[in-house]
Amino acid sequence: MRRQSSTQPLLEVKNLRIGYKTYLGKLKVLNGVNLTVHQGEKVGIIGESGCGKTTTMKAVLRILATNATVDGGDIQFKGDDILKMDHKRLSEMRRKSITMIFQDPTAALNPVFKVGDLLADVIKFSGNIDIKAASKKTLRQKSIEALKEVALPDPERVLDSYPFQLSGGMRQRICIAMSLSTAKDLLIADEPTTNLDVTIQDQVLRLMKNLVEKKGLSVILISHALGTIRGTVDTVYVMYAGNMIEIAETKDLFSNPLHPYTKGLLESVPKLSGAGFSEGIKGRVPDYINPPPGCRFHPRCSYAYEICRKENPPFFDGDTNDHKVACWLYGKR
Amino acid sequence: MIFSLFGLSVLVFVLSRVLPGDPALMLAGPDAPKWVVDQLRIQLRLNQPLYTQYFYWLNDVFHGNLGYSTLTRRSVTLDIIQYLPASLELIGLAAVFSVTGAFALGVVAGRYSYKWPDNIVRIVSYVGISIPAFVLAIIFQLVFGLWLKWFPVQGPGTNAVDQVYHMVLPAVALCLGGMLQDARIIRAGMVENKDKDYISMETAQGLPERTITFKYLLKPSLIPAVTVMGLDIAALLANAFLVETVFNWPGFSQLGIRYMLNKDLNGIVALVLVIGIIYAIANILVDIVVAYLDPRIRLMERGE
Amino acid sequence: MRIGIIENLRNFSTRFDLKRKWYRFSRSPLSIIGLVISVATVIIAFAAPFVAPYPQHASLFTDFPHALQPPGSTYLFGTDEFGRDVLSRIIFGFRYSLMMAAVVLALVVPPGVILGLIAGYYRGTWIDTLIMRIADMFIAVPPLVLALSIAAVLTPSVFNAMMAVSLMWWPWYTRLTYNTVSAMRNEYFVQASEVMGASSSHTIFSEILPNCLGPILTKVTLDVGWVILLGSALSFVGLGAQPPTPDLGTMVAEGGQYLRQAWWLTIFPAMAITLIILAFNLLGDGIRDIFVEEAK
Repeated sequence: MRRQSSTQPLLEVKNLRIGYKTYLGKLKVLNGVNLTVHQGEKVGIIGESGCGKTTTMKAVLRILATNATVDGGDIQFKGDDILKMDHKRLSEMRRKSITMIFQDPTAALNPVFKVGDLLADVIKFSGNIDIKAASKKTLRQKSIEALKEVALPDPERVLDSYPFQLSGGMRQRICIAMSLSTAKDLLIADEPTTNLDVTIQDQVLRLMKNLVEKKGLSVILISHALGTIRGTVDTVYVMYAGNMIEIAETKDLFSNPLHPYTKGLLESVPKLSGAGFSEGIKGRVPDYINPPPGCRFHPRCSYAYEICRKENPPFFDGDTNDHKVACWLYGKR
Repeated sequence: MIFSLFGLSVLVFVLSRVLPGDPALMLAGPDAPKWVVDQLRIQLRLNQPLYTQYFYWLNDVFHGNLGYSTLTRRSVTLDIIQYLPASLELIGLAAVFSVTGAFALGVVAGRYSYKWPDNIVRIVSYVGISIPAFVLAIIFQLVFGLWLKWFPVQGPGTNAVDQVYHMVLPAVALCLGGMLQDARIIRAGMVENKDKDYISMETAQGLPERTITFKYLLKPSLIPAVTVMGLDIAALLANAFLVETVFNWPGFSQLGIRYMLNKDLNGIVALVLVIGIIYAIANILVDIVVAYLDPRIRLMERGE
Repeated sequence: MRIGIIENLRNFSTRFDLKRKWYRFSRSPLSIIGLVISVATVIIAFAAPFVAPYPQHASLFTDFPHALQPPGSTYLFGTDEFGRDVLSRIIFGFRYSLMMAAVVLALVVPPGVILGLIAGYYRGTWIDTLIMRIADMFIAVPPLVLALSIAAVLTPSVFNAMMAVSLMWWPWYTRLTYNTVSAMRNEYFVQASEVMGASSSHTIFSEILPNCLGPILTKVTLDVGWVILLGSALSFVGLGAQPPTPDLGTMVAEGGQYLRQAWWLTIFPAMAITLIILAFNLLGDGIRDIFVEEAK
């Protein structure tokens, strides 16, 4: 799927800056994030833990923590500015347009309520059925349907259980069921399988792919597992320390990584072909309270120039039009 | 827990027998002839070994006989039956105030955390928790009773409605400390849980804010508060002693203090036992409520 | 080689990470306030004879012509029915209250904590059961009630009040320590210590105990307030300090009789009690916050 499309993008994040206020100072996590998702597109975001992937997504749904501040930028969804939306429109957007699956399904389910209660409420308030007409029976019926869609055996028993009584894989399926129980435009999946057993990971991932196809959803998939991204999405964003640093179609990225970080990342994966282990990328993730000026990767980069220390690079075109890199190395083209 | 009560009874019994003072002499009075005192001593089984005495005493207790009060010269059981209900009424009302107040304040403070309603609640609760109940009682008496004349200050009142009116000041004085304590815990719970993933998830799903606050945020936040309520009840029982004195409320505290000032051992022992039992029952009830609120406690026992 | 005092202090400071703890503590203005007031009350209590305007009023003294005077310039908090200066008596009252708290806690904390350590370390054995069952017996009754009854059977006096409170207070420390130790019992550093052949007492006192200090220290601070409360409650009822000793609880009780005409007799001692309790509560909260941050 070509990135450049003449239609209005579904979601557009422009130059987003977000910080967290802590007692040690302000963590300036997002440093001007840019992201675009088109209708029907599947976008992947790769990055280390702590680079700001989840923060960006939470900003889209406006479920940031209480100590977070938006310091700049905007997020457009179908033309509306999410950050400026009033509560009513925001609610509507959450119910009908965008939904999110969290990384830890155990933490995502309220431990003192039965699954059935939660699911029934989600369906009830989804805006797809008349609240007054929704009897307990109807809601239960729909809940069971939703659970069947995610291939959960014995849905009745699951509805009457508490989250701690179920396995990790089941809990994630429930979260998926909740998110997709009503029609949505965009699904955000934040490391959906990372916390699951390896054997379950594949199952859940395949389930998600099926549902995405079936419902024609656009997707943002976050992962730090390169293999998962490679097999699932059309376009990949590489994120580092609060910036998007490379954007490309999946096969382009993996065959021709341009940014030094991306290169390092891909080389770090031990290859089954026996080429051995690489040295990894030297240095560590930056301190967000006093982040490095200019390009945040420059302290770890073997190619760093003078300008890298001063200015954060904008996107430059790579080898193809669809391949963009935020690196001064490619600045002269 | 049964064991604790049992142990308590042993403790209390031993204390009463070991401490100075001759019960027979006290019961008979200083003018009684020696043979009367000796006879009483045999009757009270004071000449028998301690454990025998204990068993007889325990047996008596189970039959409702808590011994004779040297003060009132009648069965302690009767004494207690006469005075206890008034206290239970007062404590009951205080408990109701405490729970409703804690709820209301805690939820408001949690909902508007770090804004002005929250700040007011927090400041007030810091001070309110530090004021001893009897101090509060006196201040109330002074301010609301004598100066503002909004409430009566002494005694139980005449008929049913008047009694409630009379109960308000002491009940509030009794419950304020515990109520503010619980409100703080509820508030802390709500603030802490607000940033939890499951709340983010529920918000992301578009659930209305009111539903989230009053249903999904409140329930987990209540659990630590309810666990503390057991201790609250202890505080209520204990503080009732003092507050009743201030307001001249005819409850067991009047009885207790008279017993204490007169060294009426049987009375003291019996009263401590009764209070211990009430406290144990209350704790059981609290445990039941906690188990109801938190399914993990209920069901984890059987293994996940 | 002898280590100097400064060296020792520095070692202590790093070992217990005092710098960071202070940093955390000082974040909350309320905790600082608590600290300041608590320290101030302790200093005032110590220096009572020098701070009080009329120290002789703290014991047998009468000055009937000046009795029951409202707060004014000579007698800042007014005088009582014997003509004694309320402020001075309150200052001496601080002394008694804090002394009682110090004595009680000194008596109660070491045995209570040691018993809790032992019970927790030998968890599951008869030692554990024995100790905790006894402790539970005392916890079965609300503290004040138990204290009152114990005090009641003894002759009313400050000493006996302290004994009464001490006798029923120790189980709470045992239980607290027990819970903390139980949680720690199976952690690696304990097993490591045992595997290396350290004796039980070494493990208990050098490894486990330092990690329990947080909750214990918090409780001790908060308990100062509680013991003072309990003490003044006992005096209020007449079972503690006897007149003419200037005890805050007794002053509140006695003042109650003159509530209508001389409100200052009750209100100022009452406020004094509240102030001390408030200060130690704030301090205790601050200390708790230090250790809570660590636990995260």
